[in-house]
Amino acid sequence: MSQSYNRGLVEDFGRWREFSAGMWAWIFHKFTGWMLIGYLFTHIAVLSSALTGPDAYTGTIQGLESLFLIRVLEVGLLAVAVFHILNGLRLLMVDLGIGLESQDRSFYASLVITGAITVASVPTFLQGVGI
Amino acid sequence: MSTQQESVESEPEEPESQEVPEDQEMSGLASPQQERLQRKQAALEERERAESDHDMDDDRVHLKVFRYDPEVEGKQEPRFDDFHVPFERGMTVLDALIYARDEFDSSLTFRHSCRQAICGSDAFFINGRQRLGCKTQIADLDQPVRVEPLPHQEAVKDLVVEMEHFYDQMHAVEPYFQDEETPDASELDEQRQSRENREKVKMSTRCIWCGACMSSCNIAAGDNEYLGPAAINKAYRFAMDDREDEEIKEHRLRILEQEHGVWRCQTQFSCTEVCPKDIPLTEHIQELKREAVKKNLKFW
Repeated sequence: MSQSYNRGLVEDFGRWREFSAGMWAWIFHKFTGWMLIGYLFTHIAVLSSALTGPDAYTGTIQGLESLFLIRVLEVGLLAVAVFHILNGLRLLMVDLGIGLESQDRSFYASLVITGAITVASVPTFLQGVGI
Repeated sequence: MSTQQESVESEPEEPESQEVPEDQEMSGLASPQQERLQRKQAALEERERAESDHDMDDDRVHLKVFRYDPEVEGKQEPRFDDFHVPFERGMTVLDALIYARDEFDSSLTFRHSCRQAICGSDAFFINGRQRLGCKTQIADLDQPVRVEPLPHQEAVKDLVVEMEHFYDQMHAVEPYFQDEETPDASELDEQRQSRENREKVKMSTRCIWCGACMSSCNIAAGDNEYLGPAAINKAYRFAMDDREDEEIKEHRLRILEQEHGVWRCQTQFSCTEVCPKDIPLTEHIQELKREAVKKNLKFW
């Protein structure tokens, strides 16, 4: 066989501008999935403070909730979870073979709904905390 | 970094400002905002000039073609060659390439045969997407038209890629009719298919083996053993054909449900997007997944 040349970025993420809806859905689904796994560990860590006693737990939670950064991260967590749920439903439909011809529109719909829910949640999440 | 860049940018302006210091202030170079506006204005003029230039030779198509040849010393380092081909109405990318080869550079190498989207030899990566050269109108594309060999396949020379692996995968699904019991020739000289069944496999029979789907699939790119959309579609065409026995269908599903079979598909829809024959590849793969599950699911 003849020699061949590795075209590098042409063949991988360097083409991101040309990705279509289905590809973005896949990338976002992977990304949000990993974020949720990451959150699971911090979630367990925070809950584990209850092992030392109720006061430690309350202290940890109140300490964290008084931080502006944590509130912002909570908004992010909601966005990630909502998108993962909605796109998960979309993938369920795809697996069942329902509406495959409108898979791109359902991806855009999940993005829009995620955005709307995230924006609507901001006042609740940022209640009573200053920068 | 940014301050360095600014000083470099302002250097060429310095001689000007030394000559006419008042003028500089008058023309409004004082604030950064005005400076930005002026740069924007200059860029706009530049663009307008470029556009009027473009109008002048509007009848020429600008092609950027990937060139590479390991056997020629000057072409071992891949590069893009520019060709300016006279535009004709109805011109396809393949027409333009043929013109460039015949008139400008006879060493330009690419596969083509029927020129009417039947043989499947001229799938290229045109403007960042897998398309058939003979089925893509130049008029529909942004210029310059970038033509590259299919990604995820080894470039052998210019636009020619190694297709051996693709053909291996196509053959791996046994793409031929196999039935133990052929009806007796005396009573039936044709093996008839019902109209409904024909409709079901119709789209899947249209595959022309161009390899565009395989090239667009980034699962196939990462997993060389994955059968790929084209091969699975081929398997679908036979597995869904009623004229084959149940046993053979099961045999086909056994091939498909292996580790590198249908379950590798992650429904990115890339193959469906690029297929020049509009085969709903993802749909077919999903249907085979369901068939594979149904075959193995037992509730007792």
